[in-house]
Amino acid sequence: MRTAGLGLKAAALGAILYLHVPIAILFLYAFTTEDASFKFPPPSLTTRWFEVAWNNADIRAALGLSLRVAFVAMVVALILGTLTAGAVWRTRFFGREALSLFIVLPIALPGIITGIALRSAINLADLSFSFWTIVIGHATFCVAVAYNNVIARLRRTSPSLIEASMDLGARGWQTFRHVLLPQLSSALVTGGMLAFALSFDEIIVTTFTAGNQQTLPIWIFSSLVRPRNRPVTNVVALAVVVLTFVPIVVAQRFSRRAEESS
Amino acid sequence: MTVAVEFDGVSKSFGDVQAVNNVDLKIADGEFFAMLGPSGSGKTTCLRMLAGFEIPTAGRILLDGADVSGLPPYDRDVNTVFQDYALFPHMTVAENVAYGLMVKKVGDKERRTRVDGALALVHLEALGARRPAQLSGGQRQRVALARALINRPAVLLLDEPLGALDLKLRQEMQLELKSLQREVGITFIYVTHDQEEALTMSDRLAVFNHGRVEQVGTPAEVYESPRNPFVAGFVGVSNIVEGALATRLRGNPMPFTVRPEKITLSDPAIDPPEGSVFIDGTVVEATYLGMYSRYRVDVDGAVLLVAGQNLDVDHGEVGATHGRRVRLHWNSRACRPLSESPAATDNIPTAGAVD
Repeated sequence: MRTAGLGLKAAALGAILYLHVPIAILFLYAFTTEDASFKFPPPSLTTRWFEVAWNNADIRAALGLSLRVAFVAMVVALILGTLTAGAVWRTRFFGREALSLFIVLPIALPGIITGIALRSAINLADLSFSFWTIVIGHATFCVAVAYNNVIARLRRTSPSLIEASMDLGARGWQTFRHVLLPQLSSALVTGGMLAFALSFDEIIVTTFTAGNQQTLPIWIFSSLVRPRNRPVTNVVALAVVVLTFVPIVVAQRFSRRAEESS
Repeated sequence: MTVAVEFDGVSKSFGDVQAVNNVDLKIADGEFFAMLGPSGSGKTTCLRMLAGFEIPTAGRILLDGADVSGLPPYDRDVNTVFQDYALFPHMTVAENVAYGLMVKKVGDKERRTRVDGALALVHLEALGARRPAQLSGGQRQRVALARALINRPAVLLLDEPLGALDLKLRQEMQLELKSLQREVGITFIYVTHDQEEALTMSDRLAVFNHGRVEQVGTPAEVYESPRNPFVAGFVGVSNIVEGALATRLRGNPMPFTVRPEKITLSDPAIDPPEGSVFIDGTVVEATYLGMYSRYRVDVDGAVLLVAGQNLDVDHGEVGATHGRRVRLHWNSRACRPLSESPAATDNIPTAGAVD
């Protein structure tokens, strides 16, 4: 492999700075002593906003809601996404190719369109806005992520593995447990983690499908207009970044390991 | 002899495509049976129907006398060695081999003994802890065999199992498979498109073409007496003589075949032996191939292929070279009449050969 030239290195550094300097500044303001407006550089640094944030019941409730929504949306997405991927892989039916497109569409559509559509649908179905309507909203795009990961793995899995398992005497459930599931495990972890991360920081669709509940992103958004305790928002933002970062790193690790072993 | 497997009027179509067309076969218990044919001839579909991966559109498949046509793969006493081996990549070699016992909940102790035995059978005792990815093609092949044999099936199905190996390894494995089959005494059904492989290994073979069975018999029967032009051309190399030349040689225009090695080249001045068919021609191509030489001889516009063993110690067979006039003669019994169309096998009782 050739070593990168000076120009390329500079360009890469520039791109990374461009992407991450704003986030660094956001982090920095989480420690500022100035509580009403953001001044650069901060007059002094403190960790007291972390304590304030931790003791804030609204934030705790929002964090709890976001975690629960992300978890349930992830589980729903994994189940539906895996079943759909299995159907598309194993069988031929009318509209099979179109199905892939339709499953992935919610990710490509602007969130605001998905949001409006879901809101009308929920109203039409006469459902009250609740935890479950948020989950339904998130599941639409989480399914796409789970489906994509699982179908990609299945396409690299030889169908004769399934046949070999049945041939050796395994019934459907045994084949699923001993052959298919181990084959899919890393794809399920990757898809699940990505779905979790996507759900955790989603705001646009959530504003349309939530009632009075506040997920963490919604809390951040609404607290921006409040003048006091500004840095608390930054502390929460920092927490969101960390909580989103972990699953994405795990997902990357897993997909790389799967790549190496296959 | 008892019948292990019977195909009774079996057909299979996929949409508009007729993959298997009214196949009747009886395969004897303990037999090494080859299904030979070009790709798309229906041989693999027949194997897959026997394994339970496809359900016949018509007809019945009997295993030890019982109709299994509609049974799922896990309820049939057959096991398969797949073309791509289909080893489970997330399991070790030993776990792969033990799979059939594991899903049938065979006890730990017996499982270990039988896995050791199966690995010893294919000479892989030392590799039980490896993953399939760490094995060579030949080793994977053996693991697939051990995994399929550990269930002690009534019939072992092999779907072009040596196709992915290089020539030398393939020839070694052919002999090994044959001796393995004698050792375990299980009926082997072996699908291949390689006529040499089928002739080398099988006790009997069926030649498939366009979803039909063209001929069933021992390798010698099929090779020496091909029933129609397709079999004559697909199993070995043959001369097919028809029309005016056939009339001139045998007195009637019925097409016949004669194998190149049955024809002797001689000097046109020498009288052929009593009871032989002969004709003069011109050598258009002579190729020295070591053990024998191959000649293409022009006979009144038709070209006959002759294989002459290089028996002469001083110089090859008559030293025939390009442009030389030669006399071809062969025993008239070497002329094997052919039925005109391959489809004419419909009324041939293929099943009769077994009982």
